[in-house]
Amino acid sequence: MLTYTIRRLILAVPTLLFIALVIFLLLELAPGDPMAEMPLTIPPEVKEKMREALGLGQPWYVRFYLWLYQFFIVEPQYWIDGLFGTNFADGAQRIISFQSRSPVFNTIAERIPQTLWVVGMSYVVGVIIALPIGIISAVRQYSWFDNFGTFISMVGFSVPTFFTGVLLIVIFSVNLGWFPSIYDTTLKVNDWPSFVKQLKQMAMPVFVLALYNAAQISRFMRASMLDNLGQDYVRTARAKGMTEKVVVLKHVLRNSLIPVVTVIALGVPQVFGGAIITEQVFKVNGLGQLLIIAIHGNDVPMVLTLTFIFAVLIVVFNLIADILYGVLDPRIRYD
Amino acid sequence: MTETTQTQSTIPVRNQWWDVWDQFKTHRGAVIGGAFLIFITLFVLLGPYLWQVDAQKLDIRNKDLRPFYIGLFSDVKWSWSRPLGTDHLGRDIMANLIQGGQISMAVGWTAMILSLFLGTLIGVLAGFFKRLDGILMRFTDLVLSLPLLPILLVMMLLFRDPLRAAFGPETGIFILIVSGIGITSWMHTARIVRGDILAIKEREFVLAARSIGTPPRRMITRHLLPNVMSPIMVSATLGLASAIITESALSFLGLGFPSDFPTWGKILFDSVDRMAAFPERVIWPGLCISLTVLSVNYIGDGLRDALDPRIRGL
Repeated sequence: MLTYTIRRLILAVPTLLFIALVIFLLLELAPGDPMAEMPLTIPPEVKEKMREALGLGQPWYVRFYLWLYQFFIVEPQYWIDGLFGTNFADGAQRIISFQSRSPVFNTIAERIPQTLWVVGMSYVVGVIIALPIGIISAVRQYSWFDNFGTFISMVGFSVPTFFTGVLLIVIFSVNLGWFPSIYDTTLKVNDWPSFVKQLKQMAMPVFVLALYNAAQISRFMRASMLDNLGQDYVRTARAKGMTEKVVVLKHVLRNSLIPVVTVIALGVPQVFGGAIITEQVFKVNGLGQLLIIAIHGNDVPMVLTLTFIFAVLIVVFNLIADILYGVLDPRIRYD
Repeated sequence: MTETTQTQSTIPVRNQWWDVWDQFKTHRGAVIGGAFLIFITLFVLLGPYLWQVDAQKLDIRNKDLRPFYIGLFSDVKWSWSRPLGTDHLGRDIMANLIQGGQISMAVGWTAMILSLFLGTLIGVLAGFFKRLDGILMRFTDLVLSLPLLPILLVMMLLFRDPLRAAFGPETGIFILIVSGIGITSWMHTARIVRGDILAIKEREFVLAARSIGTPPRRMITRHLLPNVMSPIMVSATLGLASAIITESALSFLGLGFPSDFPTWGKILFDSVDRMAAFPERVIWPGLCISLTVLSVNYIGDGLRDALDPRIRGL
């Protein structure tokens, strides 16, 4: 298992480098010029100097190397400095956003809490709803509960999140006035009323994403339970005189959770991607909205860094899913 | 010899697709989904002939009309000549839904066919030719680990202007969106097709075909492809559904078609700002997208059962 993990970790390095290269070369084609909004009165030679100051003078492979160096060496140094008060970075050049002229990672650090709160909470809620629904649907296959669950999950992954979000806003914030339609990031939670307010503004985005995630996970849970319910060991357990509760919740559930856990791990990066749309609907200023703004504003370093972070998430969670599968299922050994 | 020919002729000739159809009919959701898909396709195709209102015509005097079902019960500005109301520039919403539906469906179908073609091509090549297998599957894994939505958004931004200049505003964006969705969604089809080809390749009929000297090209088109039709058809339905959703998501994020060129997603996006006053402008295009995708998903569900010989005939 350990050798497998190490081998996969080593293999992940060229994968990530390749992905970084693809994104970088794609952005290289960008028609936008970060100097376009500068006043025309600036003489051309000064403009040339400013371009060089932004690091645009060199050929692409030099800039690609510099970006990699900044992403993997300089930024972690600043991060460690911030944590322990050391001075590893020593004033080295950080990745600078074209739009705000401030370090990209500072902006990202400001945005991450909102995304994690809304997206992370919705994923947790989605999983918590999905597992019991999947279990009951499988145990009572073709009952009204199962049919209803199938229908709801079909609706859940057919209706796009931007429509569910808009629909909820129309119903619950326009007509009923229960929840605010815009997420207020400046809200500080320090007493009970502000906590209730925070819950209220999180309710709708969390529900939208949770419905979408629960739809998919409950299907997997149901299929996996059904696979296991037909196995011989279930018949043996029943023949030994165990109650149905023990058979289902102890024997079948544990075995069925193995593939579901990996599916849950694989879904995490997709949730971050899908959150781009939900954040746009509810005006949550998280990572997804940051990416959209950066794309519209031709902010190449920001887009590059954010997209690469999404890619890192995908690669890391793929790895976690594969390793979890091996850890949970003793029949699977990769060595 | 004569006996066998006689018995054969008494059995009615029955294509296997009739069996599939019989099984498909027993899935109620799939039949309703199929009926709705036919209805919405006819609606967007024949709509312009039945509802001859120009979708782009500005009619400021009749702006912000409400739909008839609100107008009948409360005192608002409405008119029978604009049954679903008009937008803030007086454009007819019904006509816009029809025109937008044409584009959304066209994008969905074309992108699905493109991604199916790419997926099948790569899957067959990887499954059939051992030398290509490793490299093609590594490539598929790499593409799968790309963050697809952000990359699609970046592609939209980068290639919008060059393609617009080359093919005109409408065709250019159409080509861009279709190829963007196509080349970011072929991976699952490729994996499924490769797996099935690998399994079928070891069967006796393939050995028999090879032993009479069938060339690889004929082998693929005549023996392998017909046998992987079922998974390809199921992933076609999934592909159509996700292509329609991706297109409307791009339009919703403001990186799809230009606004004088409506699609369902675009109409929805344009109406979000005033949805408190005019919720119907958001709900109708949203319903169109959701119901179309829902019906396509149900058809896919029914097809999966119908094409599985272990379930069929029970």
